[in-house]
Amino acid sequence: MPEPHRPDTPFDAQGAALDEAVVTRTDPGRARSLSSDAWHDLRRNPVFVISALLIVFLLVIAVWPSVIATRDPLYCQLSRSLEGPAPGHWFGFDTQGCDVYTRVVYGARASIAVGVCATLGVAVLGTVVGGLAGFFGGFWDALLSRTTDVFFAVPLVLGAIVFLSMIKLSGIWPVVLVIAALGWPQIARIARGAVITAKQNDYVQAARALGASNSRILLRHILPNAVAPVIVMATIMLGTIIALEATLSFLGVGLRPPTVSWGVDISAASDGMQFRNAPHILLYPAAALSLCVLAFIMMGDAVRDALDPKLR
Amino acid sequence: MADTTREPILEVRNLVKHFPLTQGIVFRRQVGAVRAVDDISFTLYPGETLGIVGESGCGKSTVAKLLMNLERATAGEIFYKGDDISKLSGRALKAVRRNIQMVFQDPYTSLNPRMTVGDIIGEPFDIHPEAAPKGDKQARVRELLDVVGLNPEYINRYPHQFSGGQRQRIGIARGLALNPEIIICDEPVSALDVSVQAQVINLMEKLQDEFGLSYLFIAHDLSIVRHISDRVGVMYLGKMVEIGSDTAIYDHPTHPYTQALLSAVPLPDPDAREGRERIILTGDVPSPANPPSGCRFRTRCWKAQDRCAEELPLLAVPQRYADADTAVAHDSACHFAEEKPQVTHA
Repeated sequence: MPEPHRPDTPFDAQGAALDEAVVTRTDPGRARSLSSDAWHDLRRNPVFVISALLIVFLLVIAVWPSVIATRDPLYCQLSRSLEGPAPGHWFGFDTQGCDVYTRVVYGARASIAVGVCATLGVAVLGTVVGGLAGFFGGFWDALLSRTTDVFFAVPLVLGAIVFLSMIKLSGIWPVVLVIAALGWPQIARIARGAVITAKQNDYVQAARALGASNSRILLRHILPNAVAPVIVMATIMLGTIIALEATLSFLGVGLRPPTVSWGVDISAASDGMQFRNAPHILLYPAAALSLCVLAFIMMGDAVRDALDPKLR
Repeated sequence: MADTTREPILEVRNLVKHFPLTQGIVFRRQVGAVRAVDDISFTLYPGETLGIVGESGCGKSTVAKLLMNLERATAGEIFYKGDDISKLSGRALKAVRRNIQMVFQDPYTSLNPRMTVGDIIGEPFDIHPEAAPKGDKQARVRELLDVVGLNPEYINRYPHQFSGGQRQRIGIARGLALNPEIIICDEPVSALDVSVQAQVINLMEKLQDEFGLSYLFIAHDLSIVRHISDRVGVMYLGKMVEIGSDTAIYDHPTHPYTQALLSAVPLPDPDAREGRERIILTGDVPSPANPPSGCRFRTRCWKAQDRCAEELPLLAVPQRYADADTAVAHDSACHFAEEKPQVTHA
C-alpha cells in the first residue's frame, strides 16, 4: 500500500526539529503535545470517525431517547403481541405488545449507563491498584499483584452471577458495582506494567534528583506517560462490559423488567418458538447491542494505534 | 581554575555500593553482590571540573547516582561543605538537592515527553518554592533558555520537537534553574553528534565561568575529559586506580591501566603514530560480582607479579616519585607505578 504523504504528521515535525535551521524558521510558538499529535491522527482515521459518530449518537439517545422515539416504552397493547412491522412501528411489537423500536431506543440508556459507570469504576480501581504496585514495588507489589491474581482467577460472568443472585436488588447499581469489583484486575495488570516502564525513564530520576515528592512524580511524570494503555483497554472493555450486562440480564440476574435494556429484551425474546414466528423481537435489540459493542471496540483500537509511540 | 587551597566543596570518603544478588522466589537469600563501586575517595573543589573516566561497567554512573542520593551507599560518606549527605532524607535531603544538580546522559529520555519546555525548566521552582523567583516565573524560564542558547520563544514547545543537542541544552537549563554549586554530568555528550558535542561542551565551560560551578564530569571519551577537566580520575572495576591533574594523567600516567587506555586513543598524526607503542590488553574485564584478589587489574596487567594478587595497592603517590616535584607525583594505585613515556601523546 503506498504511504500517503501527510505534511503535518509528527514524523515531519521531528525531522524538521533535527535540523536547527529549519526550526528557527518555523513559527516558534507552535506547540504540539503527544496527545494533540494523536488527536491529529485520529481525526483522519475513518474507523475512529465512524465509531465516534456512532458513540455520540448512542450517547445522545441514551440521554434524550425522546428525540427519536416519541412513544412510551412501557405502553404496551397485548392485542398486538408479536405483530410484525407496521406503519409507525417499523420494528414491530414484542410478546407484550410493546413497540420494539421504542424499547430498543430506550434500552440504550441502561446499557450505556452500566457500561460507562462500570468501566469508570474498573479503570479507577485498576489504575490505583496497578499504579501503586508498580510504583512502590517490593512488598506492596507482591501484595497487590497477588490480590489481583486472586480476583483474576474468578471468572467474571460466574462471579457476577453468584453475587447478583445473592444480592437480589433491582436497578443498575448492583450490576455496576459487581462488574467494577470483579473486572479491575485486567486494568491493574496493564497499569502496573505501564507504570514500571515509565518509572525507569531518566526524567523520573531527574525529578527525583530535583527533590520531587512521590505524589508529584506519580501524578506529573508517571501517570501521564502510563495512562495511554489504560485508556485503550478501558475503551475496549466498555464494549465487553455492555455485552456482559446483556449477558447477565439475559441470564435473569442483571437488570430486570420493568427496567428497559437490550439484555432484558433479548432475554424476553429468546424463546425458540417466538424466534421462529417473530424474529424481529430478537434481532433488533441484538443488532443494537452488537453495533454499540463494535463501536466501542473499534474506537479503542483506533485510539491505541494513535497513542502507540512505536507507530510514530 | 580550581583553587585547591580552599576547602573542598564535595568530599567522598570510602564510598561503597554493592548491589545484592539474590536467589529464590519466596525465600530470597543473598548469594553475592555486584561491587559496582568499591571504596572510592576523591574531593571536588569549588569552581573545579573533576573528570571521571573508565570503560563501560566500571561504576562511573553509579558514583553519579550515589552523589545524587538516587541510590543509597552501602558504606562510606559524602561530605558537602563538611556535612555528610549520604544518609540524609526528607526535608534535609531536599535542601541539599538545591545545590547539587545533575545532567543526564540520554537527552531523549531525560525530558518528560508530556510536559512543555517551560514546565520542565520551571518544575524546579514548583518543587522548591523558596528558590522560585519573586513574581514572574515565566520570565526566569525564558532567561534560562536564553542562557543555554535556545530561543526563549520555544517555551511552549514539547521535547520531541527538538534535536538531541537542543534537548541536552534544556536538560542543562533545568539543572541550572536552582542556581546549584555542583553539577554532576553523567556522560552529558556521549549521545550527541561530534559537532554538537563541541557546542554543548563549550556551553558548559561558559556556564562554569559565569556561575562559578563545580563539575563532576563523567565520560568515556578521553579527549573531551582532557578538554574540560582540571583534574581527572581513572576508574577500573569499581576502584579509582589513578587520580591527578589533567597533565599528570595525560602526560605522566603511572598506572598501567591508564597507560593502556591512553595508548588506545587514536592519533590523527601518522608520524606520531610511528614512535608510539600501543598497549593491547588481553582478556576481558572480570565480573564485578567476583573481582580478582589484590589489585583488580592484575589479570590483564603485563607487570603483574605475585604481590599483586596478595596485596591491594593503595591509591597514593608512588614511592619512587615521592620526592619528585613534577606532575608525575600523583596518586596511583599500583605496586609498580612507573611512567612509560611512549604512550603519552594522547
